[in-house]
Amino acid sequence: MNLPISLTINGVRREIALDDPRVTLLDLLRERLDLTGTKKGCDRGQCGACTILVDGRRINSCLALAVSHDGAEIVTIEGVGRGDQLHPVQAAFIAHDGFQCGFCTPGQIMSGIGLIREGQAGDDPERVRECMSGNLCRCGAYQGITEAVLEAQADINAKNTAKQRRSA
Amino acid sequence: MMNFDYVRPASVADAIAEASEKGATYLASGTNLLDLMKGGVSRPSRLVDVTRLPGLDRIEHLADGGLRIGALVRNADLAHDADFARNYPAIAEALLSGASAQLRNAATVGGNLMQRTRCAYFYDAGSACNRRWPGAGCDALKGENRLHAVLGWSEGCIATHPSDFCVPLVGLDAVVEIEGKGGRRELPLEALHRLPGETPERETALERGDLIVALRLPTEAKNFAGHSRYIKVRERTSYAFAVVSAAAALRIEDGKIREARLALGGVAAKPWRARGAEQVLAGAAPDAAVYREAARAALADAKPSGDNAFKIELAQRIVVRALTLAAAGTPDRIPALPGSPFSSVAGA
Repeated sequence: MNLPISLTINGVRREIALDDPRVTLLDLLRERLDLTGTKKGCDRGQCGACTILVDGRRINSCLALAVSHDGAEIVTIEGVGRGDQLHPVQAAFIAHDGFQCGFCTPGQIMSGIGLIREGQAGDDPERVRECMSGNLCRCGAYQGITEAVLEAQADINAKNTAKQRRSA
Repeated sequence: MMNFDYVRPASVADAIAEASEKGATYLASGTNLLDLMKGGVSRPSRLVDVTRLPGLDRIEHLADGGLRIGALVRNADLAHDADFARNYPAIAEALLSGASAQLRNAATVGGNLMQRTRCAYFYDAGSACNRRWPGAGCDALKGENRLHAVLGWSEGCIATHPSDFCVPLVGLDAVVEIEGKGGRRELPLEALHRLPGETPERETALERGDLIVALRLPTEAKNFAGHSRYIKVRERTSYAFAVVSAAAALRIEDGKIREARLALGGVAAKPWRARGAEQVLAGAAPDAAVYREAARAALADAKPSGDNAFKIELAQRIVVRALTLAAAGTPDRIPALPGSPFSSVAGA
């Protein structure tokens, strides 16, 4: 079965000839496009290590069939920084020790970026923890993760406010 | 995962035709279906992708004051719709108490209604399960069954329905719109899911090819907005299925409960409407004694299906808690921990 699909991945449009409808977005990224930053933890939607943005929203890429997402715009951990300049969420994870072994970190960062875009948590650490509950960290770096997301969000919101002032 | 044909029809009529063949099943976001396929529990020979069907992703306000929610509306979009959360706060709270932010971003309204039980024996292709394999037996009966059903179960199946969303929906008389080979029909949500009886493999009232296209809330569902809560006990505070949950919605006038709606989750193979309890509450003054009486009525027919007698007591306490919190008034904003009995709210 030949299933041609088109995806925009980290800003680059890719034409992909899928030979199997079973391929998930996660396996497509890791095994066929060599984008191994997105991690496979449980492969069953329970750990969040595979979190990516699809059309601006965070989802579990392990539970998404690639063929069903023809035309989608995808952002992975490889696409969030600009050259050597880290994304504010990446920088905040370093500043706040938001990891130990690092395996869950790409998923945590993508989830944090998604959370900030959703704009539902505000500056309440309890709401941030609740909104990050789909990302498990077996090293238990949750304290640092929560602090990092809060700080990055404040940073991004301040920059956006400044930008709006300049354009007003 | 077994291989399958993939089709993406352009119209509802084409989708029904494609899904009417044996072995075919609908694919929406796939958050439950793909998990089941990876475990070898579901083995469809054809997936009919409905995610691009036109017109099914809208929330429409109806002329009669009701609301029509397209089957492809995502759980997160519905829960965060400001109008929806204001008019149906218990439904929004139930949605936000379920799964994780990533799953809620993907999962659809129709898919939530069609999700399968999380019974571990159903999920384990190596265990006997009458739901998966009619006549195979039920390994849950003599297995780890502390989370299983206490209402409406049979010797053939003691599984529970996992949805949070469906619990306040049955309480508020939601209606399901279905397109099938015979045209359009509708069904109260309460009649969609079946109790196991002798045929646990027949989980819903849907026939082959039937497609849920929308969910409708009647005009009256808004009348409870001021006194509505969904309370859910989990084995961890977030991202877990209910051990037991309750949706309580009250219409309080002149210090009396004029009308009450109560439904329970985690207790049966379907979201469980507790009409006996609603009758106890109607006309009564909102106080702890009447909540306890309502809770007893709600669980009057309950019996353990295994190591789960504790759920009967727990469910009664959750009913009392949900009623107490509903009577105290819907909070202005959904609590930081949606549905959690550990969220501190005045009056609890």
